Amino acid sequence: MEGVRTAAAPVESSGAAALTDERLLLRRRRRRKAIRNLSAYGLVLPAAGFYVFFVVRPIVLSAQYSFYEWNGIGPATWVGITNYIEVFTNPKLVGAILNAFELILYFTVLPVAIALLAANLIRAIAASRLAGVARTVLFLPQVIPLVAAGIMWSWQLSTDGLVNQILRLLGLGGITRAWLGNFDTALPAVGVIGAWVLVGLCLVLILAGMTKIDPALYEAARIDGAGPVREFFTITLPGVRQEVAVCVTVTVIAALASFDIIYISTQGGPGDSTLVPGLQIFYLAFYEREIGTASAFAIVLMVLVLVVVVPLQRVLRGRES
Amino acid sequence: MHKTLRPIVLLGVTSVALALAACAPPGGSAAPSASAAPNGGEAATCGDEDVVLKGYFETGFPLPSALAEEFTRQYPNVTFDIREDQFAIITQNAPRVLQDSPPDLMRLPQMSELATDGLLLDLDPYAEGFGWTDWPQSQLTQLRVDEEGRRGSGPLYAQGLNYSMTGVFFNKELAAQIGMDEAPATLEEFDAALQAAKDAGIVPIAQFNGGATGGLAFPLQGLMASYGDPAAINEWIFQQPGATIDTPENLAAAEHLQSWIDAGFFAEDINSMDYAQMMSRFIGGESLFMFNGDWESGNLDAQMAGNAGFFLVPPVEEGGQIGAMSAPLTFGVAAAAENPDCAAFFLDWTATNEDARALTVEVGGSHPMGPADAFMPAIEEGSTTDETLAAGSIMGEANGGMDFIANATGAIYAQSWTPNLQKMVAGEQTPAGLLESVQADYESQVGN
Repeated sequence: MEGVRTAAAPVESSGAAALTDERLLLRRRRRRKAIRNLSAYGLVLPAAGFYVFFVVRPIVLSAQYSFYEWNGIGPATWVGITNYIEVFTNPKLVGAILNAFELILYFTVLPVAIALLAANLIRAIAASRLAGVARTVLFLPQVIPLVAAGIMWSWQLSTDGLVNQILRLLGLGGITRAWLGNFDTALPAVGVIGAWVLVGLCLVLILAGMTKIDPALYEAARIDGAGPVREFFTITLPGVRQEVAVCVTVTVIAALASFDIIYISTQGGPGDSTLVPGLQIFYLAFYEREIGTASAFAIVLMVLVLVVVVPLQRVLRGRES
Repeated sequence: MHKTLRPIVLLGVTSVALALAACAPPGGSAAPSASAAPNGGEAATCGDEDVVLKGYFETGFPLPSALAEEFTRQYPNVTFDIREDQFAIITQNAPRVLQDSPPDLMRLPQMSELATDGLLLDLDPYAEGFGWTDWPQSQLTQLRVDEEGRRGSGPLYAQGLNYSMTGVFFNKELAAQIGMDEAPATLEEFDAALQAAKDAGIVPIAQFNGGATGGLAFPLQGLMASYGDPAAINEWIFQQPGATIDTPENLAAAEHLQSWIDAGFFAEDINSMDYAQMMSRFIGGESLFMFNGDWESGNLDAQMAGNAGFFLVPPVEEGGQIGAMSAPLTFGVAAAAENPDCAAFFLDWTATNEDARALTVEVGGSHPMGPADAFMPAIEEGSTTDETLAAGSIMGEANGGMDFIANATGAIYAQSWTPNLQKMVAGEQTPAGLLESVQADYESQVGN
């Protein structure tokens, strides 16, 4: 742009005629630019329209509904922030939020740790056929619909399911139980299903990150006498920092906004031991018909996810971002 | 230029969205208006023209579809366009479906909120026209809703395809093993049978109590009727002013249930067991008893012919008060239904036509609606259906019928009874705490 302007504005030209010419040129250029801009906006508009209608509008509507007491059909009554107070004071709703935070342990910490370990192993045996098989096997849960995963696992975790059968085979019959029906084990059990599903995604992301690491770095480290552990912490881990950041972000959101696995496997039970915000919002809206409280809870959940994820991103991405 | 423009565009777009949304409070004030005026005092018919009745039925219950098929056979101008869903989904969808795509016939969940929202057709004119007013009124009481949303009086907002009843099914072969040759006459005898089963290494009761459906509400309500007055429980379910579930009689019932839990009479994994698992275990001979309803009679006659017996939860003392959850299989007509007359005619036909009544008993396993002296099909003696029908008449004579405690409000089952009963199994809730907690939730839900 700078270059064009310089070329089009001859230094030696002077006088009224030259000035008019320049102005005309400038005006024409501006018009052309405006048309270009307009057509660019024209191209973006349909997508932006969809986005506004299907993403922004529901959020705005939820925010609006959250200030009303409404059963979804009849007239609504303005209640101010009463619904928000309900969300933060009703022990059941607060319990759901706490459960969601506990799920981060299973949905995020476990899969990222397992994926890092597995990716490191797969990288070490990259040339063998086993690496490909391992990649496929670990990624497989990612292509199975969460509902199917939920159904399958609720069979496996039942009294006569595979998990208890294996435990009995190992002589651990004493600890077998209905994992999803027990107050102490239901949340961890749902967490394990989530971890099983999310490992694949983390693995693929981290493996992709590892391919970017310069092999010369490993060579240099080895010459300096570094072992595999040292290599992992000095080269691999910093090298896949960005990918880990993406994994953590995605899985934390999956934990806080979880719904499908829990709806299928426990429906929030037994008691309220696996109740999470996503499920409670569904119950509030469709069973209790309290659209206002459900909307307030949805907005709180959205803010909660942002409050957790945004600082996490800063910390994990570090200076590069 | 671009950088300054972007937020402005975003702001503009968002403010348009805000303007779209925030200008008025959500929700309307008017109920949907009926698209076809219901026929007044005269008996309605389906006419001679071709009619397509839109039905929204419950998955897993073959009776409504069987009745629809038979109806089309008798009235070829009427065909059905049926959509089926699970009961939980119907519960969630009911208001929106009735509002947005009103069916002519719909299986209803708890209906008081639907009636007060103006989503259901007032069936009183049809009740007059067809003479439903001459039936035993106990059949229709549960289907009336007044302006306050209380059930038991007011206009008729639904009709039943039959009325079902819960009690205790038992496996006759397993019962013989513990020397139980007839149904227990008192709760004490029942306790003894449960203990004998446990001692013999048989699972006494495999009762579903997992997910969002607490099946322990079945035995609990049966016990409530043995300890107290079923009418008082109905008052609570119908949201009568001042009604409470937290009474000394109900506490005794809940404590009795707790004693069963403590004694290990229920399968260990009941908190993760669903209805289907319970059925398959009972049919597979893996438990002696099952608290369930007569809607399974036909199924049990087919799957374990001659081997399933039935009795009502026994009284505390011989000959004492008994009762059972007994509710019509509720079907309503949307306020804006296209063919309300034909839908009402169909409902009347199910209660009065001999073929329809036979189907109701044979396929549905329950008692048909209708006049007390109406036709009843011959039932094979000694069959499960025979036993449930016999128990039904005992219960009717004792005037012990009551609606299901889970139907008191739209959310009380999934949000209150179920979690509290599951907690009781895990030792995290006491019988007194259960009733207190449910009553508190009830008051907050009814107060809305």
